[in-house]
Amino acid sequence: MSKPALLRLVAPFVRAGAESARAPKTKGARRAQRALGSLLIGAASLGLWLGLWQLASTRDWQFFFRFDNIPAPTEVALAAGELVSSPKFASHVESSVRRIFAGFSIAAVLAVSLGVAVGRVRIAALSLLPPLEVLRPIPAVAWIPLAILLFASAEQSMIFITFIGAFFPIFLSTIHGVEGLDRRLVHASRTLGAGPFDVFWEVVLPGALPAIVTGLSIGMGTSWFSLVTAEMISGQYGIGYYTWEAYTLQNYPHIVLGMINIGLLGMGSSFGIKWLGRRAMPWFQPEGSAT
Amino acid sequence: MSAAPLFPDADPAPAAIELRQVDIHFGAGKTAVRAVSQLDLDVAPGEFVSILGPSGCGKSTLIGAIAGFTQVTSGELRVDGRPVSAPGPDRGVVFQHHTLFPWKTVLQNVEFGLKMRGAAAGERRDTALAMLDSVGLIDFARHYPWQLSGGMQQRVSLARVLVNRPRVTLMDEPFCALDAQTRLSMQELLLALWHAYHITVVFVTHDVDEAIFLSDRIVVLSERPGRVKAELTIGLPRPRTRDLLTSGEFMQLKRESLGLLFEGSGPPGSIYRGPAEAPRSTQTRVARQR
Repeated sequence: MSKPALLRLVAPFVRAGAESARAPKTKGARRAQRALGSLLIGAASLGLWLGLWQLASTRDWQFFFRFDNIPAPTEVALAAGELVSSPKFASHVESSVRRIFAGFSIAAVLAVSLGVAVGRVRIAALSLLPPLEVLRPIPAVAWIPLAILLFASAEQSMIFITFIGAFFPIFLSTIHGVEGLDRRLVHASRTLGAGPFDVFWEVVLPGALPAIVTGLSIGMGTSWFSLVTAEMISGQYGIGYYTWEAYTLQNYPHIVLGMINIGLLGMGSSFGIKWLGRRAMPWFQPEGSAT
Repeated sequence: MSAAPLFPDADPAPAAIELRQVDIHFGAGKTAVRAVSQLDLDVAPGEFVSILGPSGCGKSTLIGAIAGFTQVTSGELRVDGRPVSAPGPDRGVVFQHHTLFPWKTVLQNVEFGLKMRGAAAGERRDTALAMLDSVGLIDFARHYPWQLSGGMQQRVSLARVLVNRPRVTLMDEPFCALDAQTRLSMQELLLALWHAYHITVVFVTHDVDEAIFLSDRIVVLSERPGRVKAELTIGLPRPRTRDLLTSGEFMQLKRESLGLLFEGSGPPGSIYRGPAEAPRSTQTRVARQR
């Protein structure tokens, strides 16, 4: 939930609390009290849910959800302690990261080049868009059986699934960025002596860069999603495989650990993309103040 | 200036512009628009000419045609005796709203034309810095365009065009988005640059004061389709300063220009212009989108 929405929800309670206590004198103090209040509410809520989970698992609650086989937070924490020292886990993470890197890199290069071509060149748009539009609605996960048949090794097929997951968001954002470019900038560059190659390199590409970075960031999320599924189905090693293996071996705390790690890896890589984007575009003002 | 070796083949004299019976039409069939019709215009080398006219009269279309964005439908359009076919660095354009590249710093923006020419990095940096100095923005070389005020952005636009030593500088209402005070200092700066760099300027405006203050000659266009309705030579002495704006001579010229501008455009004060106005205004919008 977004922060303002959360604040609006809890506002009546906070206000009631503030009124029953003595009202603070200054605006700053009032704001500090409110910040502290919302922090406390957040922490309390998190604690409450964890406590409920702990209670449900240890007491084997069964009310619609069945908690008898669900590991308690304490068990997960214990398993996490073991994991840190295990070399096997590191190799799972390494396999997944390597697949993401390979699949995502190929997707980024291909999707950006094709996207720019489609956005700039009429014949490219006419010839490339129809087949790609047919393939676009097919989710990456649906490609898994065919990918296993297409490639000699499971490794290649998983990289292919990662590639499919990342390709379309990047491709569509790139087209959007190229087509949305301010025509006047192209005009201005031509009156300053830019040829077709210069227009492309100096104007079209940097102009489309914010949209491309957005596409990369979305593509990073979808490629993780696709990879984890592929690993669960056809993998050996990898964080998705690890999570599924924990289920089949009835090693239940490790399911939760696998899930948490997938979340962390996804978060870390999308943070990396954003960081790279900021480095590449020090001029960019996402607030829209750049006019 | 250190720019000299960069432009070995540059003609030191500014360019002349000739338009003979120029027609510019857009579209076809029912949506066809005649933007400019039977237009004759001569601009002498080094002259400062303002094009004055009501909005939608084809002023911007004319600038686009001289710049080479728009092809003339019929007639002849020559710069330096050569027909115009495509945009080029010999004809610089300053647009109404700045078109600085947001991803380049002020210095990189000004360097752009020199880079396109293949100038060496050090040389183009020195030339661009000198140009930035002459528009008073040397301290902002490392800033990005969004960090500047509107007036500063237009000064960078001017510097970016003039660093190319264009034979003609085309300006399409470049100061109309600025506040009155900034506009006046920009006008003074432009006159100083015009004097220093010996350029031919075609300046489009709808502001009568601006046209008189800047120009050697004012060309008044009619409503669409635009054709030359009147010309007015401005003999005011140069250099011109802001004191001129309140002089009797200036007022006299302003009265004359306003008379020319509104000549034959219906009774003054009348709000209702009849149903014929409606289709024309839609045509105006269509042509502007081009």
